[in-house]
Amino acid sequence: MSTTRAPAVEARQLIKTYAGDVTALRGMDVTVEPGTVFGLLGPNGAGKSTTVKILTTLAKPDSGTATVAGHDVLRHPDRVRRAIGVVAQGSGADPVATGRENLQLQGRLYGLRGADLSSRVAELLDRFNLADAAKRPVKGYSGGMRRRLDVALGLVHRPEVLFLDEPTTGLDPEARTAMWDEIDRLAGEEGLTILLTTHYLDEADRLAERVAIVDRGRVVVEGTPDSLKGELRGDAIHLELREAVGDAGRTLLEGAIGRLSGLHEVLVDGRRVSVRADDGAAAVPALLTALDRAGVGVAAATVARPSLDDVYLRYAGRRYSEADTEATDGLVLAGGAR
Amino acid sequence: MSTAISQTWYMTQRQLLVFTRQPAYAIITLIQPVIWLFLFGNLFKKIVELGGFGTTSYLDYLVPGVVAMSALSSNMWAGMATLEEIQRGTLNRFLTTPVSRAALMNGNVVNNGLVTAFQSVVIVLLALAGGADYPGGVVGVAVLVLASVLLGTVFGALSNALGMLVQERESIIGINTFLLLPLTFLSSAFMAPSQMPGWMRHIADFNPLNWAMIAGRSALSENPDWGDVSSRGGALLVLAVAAVWLSIRTFRSYQRKV
Repeated sequence: MSTTRAPAVEARQLIKTYAGDVTALRGMDVTVEPGTVFGLLGPNGAGKSTTVKILTTLAKPDSGTATVAGHDVLRHPDRVRRAIGVVAQGSGADPVATGRENLQLQGRLYGLRGADLSSRVAELLDRFNLADAAKRPVKGYSGGMRRRLDVALGLVHRPEVLFLDEPTTGLDPEARTAMWDEIDRLAGEEGLTILLTTHYLDEADRLAERVAIVDRGRVVVEGTPDSLKGELRGDAIHLELREAVGDAGRTLLEGAIGRLSGLHEVLVDGRRVSVRADDGAAAVPALLTALDRAGVGVAAATVARPSLDDVYLRYAGRRYSEADTEATDGLVLAGGAR
Repeated sequence: MSTAISQTWYMTQRQLLVFTRQPAYAIITLIQPVIWLFLFGNLFKKIVELGGFGTTSYLDYLVPGVVAMSALSSNMWAGMATLEEIQRGTLNRFLTTPVSRAALMNGNVVNNGLVTAFQSVVIVLLALAGGADYPGGVVGVAVLVLASVLLGTVFGALSNALGMLVQERESIIGINTFLLLPLTFLSSAFMAPSQMPGWMRHIADFNPLNWAMIAGRSALSENPDWGDVSSRGGALLVLAVAAVWLSIRTFRSYQRKV
């Protein structure tokens, strides 16, 4: 089946509109090579979860095609289901059942029986550090333990492709780091392909070999985290103004800063100014002087090496945190300030 | 086929855990029937003197009514459990596995049926210990239990359909509190039909809760009217099949909405 190096996941032009004209996907394209970790990065409501639902046979797209592990999700959902493991945001282990019982049931659903089943379950309990808690009902587990059980549930049948939908959302920092280590270990294993979604930039940076930035139902840019960051020349300078500027002030400021040498990609957005500089620290004094002359007060200035946040800003045309708030409000506003 | 059956059993077992691991719930659900049987039963003991009850012991008369009522009131909440599983992500987790879709729904039905049968038998035995008499014997009890399981299936499946459709606790609570008392009092649970006002009796004729009571009461009596038993029991069976069909339809529409 996997003698041809066909993509582990291939989605073409997925479109999905929910009742009430909420367009979740507007032409989503995803290609994941076998044995790699692929990150779908984007704010809430960008379409990551909808994409995962379609790829895991839960939802059907209005149009577009998708294959997972070589099987068409629409024509052969059953074959896809045998080939994938899914760790959703809420996997809902049975709270009254023990960790072991949850794993046993999950294994039985894939046709595992007898000794095969018990050895696989024991192996997973061990590996996810749940052996001591195996006989306790899941309702007594901590958040981190539950999340580890969720991942173990997704691996019971040794899937070819594992979907991790926001694997660390809601975890405390310690549990989050532990989960990262676990995903790293998974990635190095048996040619398992992992597609993970996250709205944490650092998570995508740390875990994924390739990242697709998703915004408003489509991929806006894709590449390795390094290549994406490498496209951004130099350092990022972020300024916070004392007062927000209007449209007129914005044009004026962008012009004024753009005339300075060594600065480019000027973006003024309400109280925030982002500038790219060949040498950030050296450019700050001139920048502050220019703003002072324009009569604009500056509250704070930071210089940073490029991050995925900057990549997002460049390709989605707005700041990551704002996209997140907008999406939760159900509003998509151009510009940002309202 | 055999996988569908074994998967149905796994799904049933999974749900039965809730019942076996939390016996407190099972005991709590038996408090109400006990109150009806022994407090209400004693309070209204002399009511049989009005005639038309077909027995001289009000406790004997009450048992089928209380069994059917408790089947109704416990299955009405089935939708809450389904809703919880949807919100917790359990249902979607199963939907991404190759498990037969029918097994997911059938597991619910079988689990609710087993729990209802268990509760019904316990009520029958408690009443027996309290001095009730069952001239219809084991066959009569079996008919009563079966009728209450069918009744439970009807309302359990409807409640599940409602849970998947509206996905709101409040709607289930609202509909249940709205339905429970009218259904109960528009039945022969506490009063012989011949003593009921005519209009109530006519409404009761269309009340599935009343069908289960009539079938069970007749089968438990000294001279069962098997015509009554089979017509009411048959009607319950038809209704149960229809309700399960409806819940499967709703399940399909849930899958499209995910």
